[in-house]
Amino acid sequence: MSNPRILIYGYGNPGRQDDGLGVFLAEEVEKWARENHLDHIRTETNYQLNIEDAAEIHDFDIVVFADASLATEESYRLERLQPSPKVEFTMHAVDPAFVLYLCDTVYGEIPEAYVLHLKGASYEMSEGLTTKGQQVLQEAFAWIRSFLLSKSVL
Amino acid sequence: MNQKIIIEPVTRVEGHGKVTIHLDEEGNVARTRLHIVEFRGFERFVQGRPYWEMPVLVQRLCGICPVSHHLAAAKALDVIVGAGTGDGLTPTGEKMRRLMHYGQIFQSHTLHFFHLASPDLLFGIDADPAIRNIIGVALKHKDLAVQGVMMRKFGQEIIKATAGKKIHGTGAIPGGINKHLSPEERDMFLHGPDPLNIDKMIEWSVAAVDFFKSYHKKNKDLIDNFSVFPSNHLSLVRKDGALDLYHGVLRAVDANGKKILNDVDYQDYLKYIDEEVRSWSYMKFPYLKHLGKENGWYTVGPLARLNTCDFIPTPLAQKEFEEFKAYTNGKPNNMSMHMHWARLIEVLHAAEMMKELLNDPDLLEGELVVKGKKQYEGIGLIEAPRGTLFHHYRINENDQVVMANLIVSTTNNNQPMNNAVNVVAKKMMTGKKEITEGMKNAVEVAIRAYDPCLSCATHALGKMPLALYLYDKDENLIDEFISQ
Repeated sequence: MSNPRILIYGYGNPGRQDDGLGVFLAEEVEKWARENHLDHIRTETNYQLNIEDAAEIHDFDIVVFADASLATEESYRLERLQPSPKVEFTMHAVDPAFVLYLCDTVYGEIPEAYVLHLKGASYEMSEGLTTKGQQVLQEAFAWIRSFLLSKSVL
Repeated sequence: MNQKIIIEPVTRVEGHGKVTIHLDEEGNVARTRLHIVEFRGFERFVQGRPYWEMPVLVQRLCGICPVSHHLAAAKALDVIVGAGTGDGLTPTGEKMRRLMHYGQIFQSHTLHFFHLASPDLLFGIDADPAIRNIIGVALKHKDLAVQGVMMRKFGQEIIKATAGKKIHGTGAIPGGINKHLSPEERDMFLHGPDPLNIDKMIEWSVAAVDFFKSYHKKNKDLIDNFSVFPSNHLSLVRKDGALDLYHGVLRAVDANGKKILNDVDYQDYLKYIDEEVRSWSYMKFPYLKHLGKENGWYTVGPLARLNTCDFIPTPLAQKEFEEFKAYTNGKPNNMSMHMHWARLIEVLHAAEMMKELLNDPDLLEGELVVKGKKQYEGIGLIEAPRGTLFHHYRINENDQVVMANLIVSTTNNNQPMNNAVNVVAKKMMTGKKEITEGMKNAVEVAIRAYDPCLSCATHALGKMPLALYLYDKDENLIDEFISQ
């Protein structure tokens, strides 16, 4: 039995404080995965998701989109993602459910997908995470390592 | 009774915008306004920072076109480090930057066509929004959707290979570039398995232009008459008059094709361009000084570029350019929906340029950076996907930025977007008592032709409200609709 191909996709703007939480988490996972030779775990980062990400995620068995969020009370929250054709009000970017739906429409199959909501405290134009954001990153990184190992065949 | 109907924000336009349409007592459109809440704090944010941080720092301004800001800032700083004004770089420095830029143009224009424009064209502007999007395109025209996805991906990979990474790329630095392209990267772009190779990208680009032309033949009324108004047009052109999206001199023509800005050095842009502040909008209104506020406004972007340049220096795009120009007998094209046609010709040009550059050995070896005598002021212009982008910096003895002025493409297009809304609103809404989905979308289609990019990359989940307000003749709010 082989390891599933896993993608951690962090997105957001690191120049806007906690908006970069997803990106920083993906970077932490990248370092940890390389140090531990977990070659089935890959990471990707970008400012925003877009239509080409349908092709990106198609190459994986499990995908976790990590993003700063106002939609969580806890420091972090994992949500199983279902495809949705819902159109957002901004179309220079799309949301993860839309990417998943487009992947299904174009390729006829989708990975097991999740959104990891990371609670952001502030989104002003400034370098680095807030103190609260750093705490969220630390907690989420500890959790996602366990999650990734639980999905792996070691 | 006077009514003011507000559509806010404009859907499928980045950030927040709202349209107010003021009806008079007879139900005619009295006036319209496109209000854009633009973030202008960035110019103060960078003050005090070392100048060499700018090409990376300015990418925080916008998650949509970070590469354009990255390159415009680097060009301004070329002047500051004494490397000249755009044509003083090493061959490797300039060509790597050009490859990055054409990758950006390619992916951005592709997104616009496949994601924003093609749903309107394929399903009609008054079609249900639930199907009028790329999912709808994928369900009915899967080949088109696949092309859109893969062309975007190709452009993004070019950016990654030249800028170093997708977020906060570091490729362009003052005086040049910080890396070569590797032979493996070059070979992958030139000869990678289908569809991710440059020949397939060119083939699909030709197909996209053909798609538009075919649609145009069957829908002349919409494409030719949807929103037409006389405008001046401004862009960079190469010194010999060729289309050049990376560097050149500033040229403007009026609605009849007369040159009103004759190939001037953009380091002198303040001699020619000023910005007007209007009380009802956060976004300024640029204009050519010598023509004044009333007559000096201009359009930028793909349509403007094809109106100002004399030719396109790649063969397939030149052939399409000749057909494009012939349609208006060589005169400037003032039809807003032809922006899509011009954009697709630029997609083809960008693909051809990428192929030419990928075959150039200068990308693989050669000096990366030049430096000369330090200057204290620098201006960088670039033709970003949506139009001319200005970056202007002054520094002090300690190499800190003391002044920054940015005029982004969307700001340059402020007046023409307002005019486009006005023309469409008068046509669609005069004498009508109800606003239908089709009418609302018609206004948005007019704006989307310009593909405005509002400077906001924060997109945390749950932070994108939609609000619609209705005011009476006395400006009292009588109804509102807010959703998320």
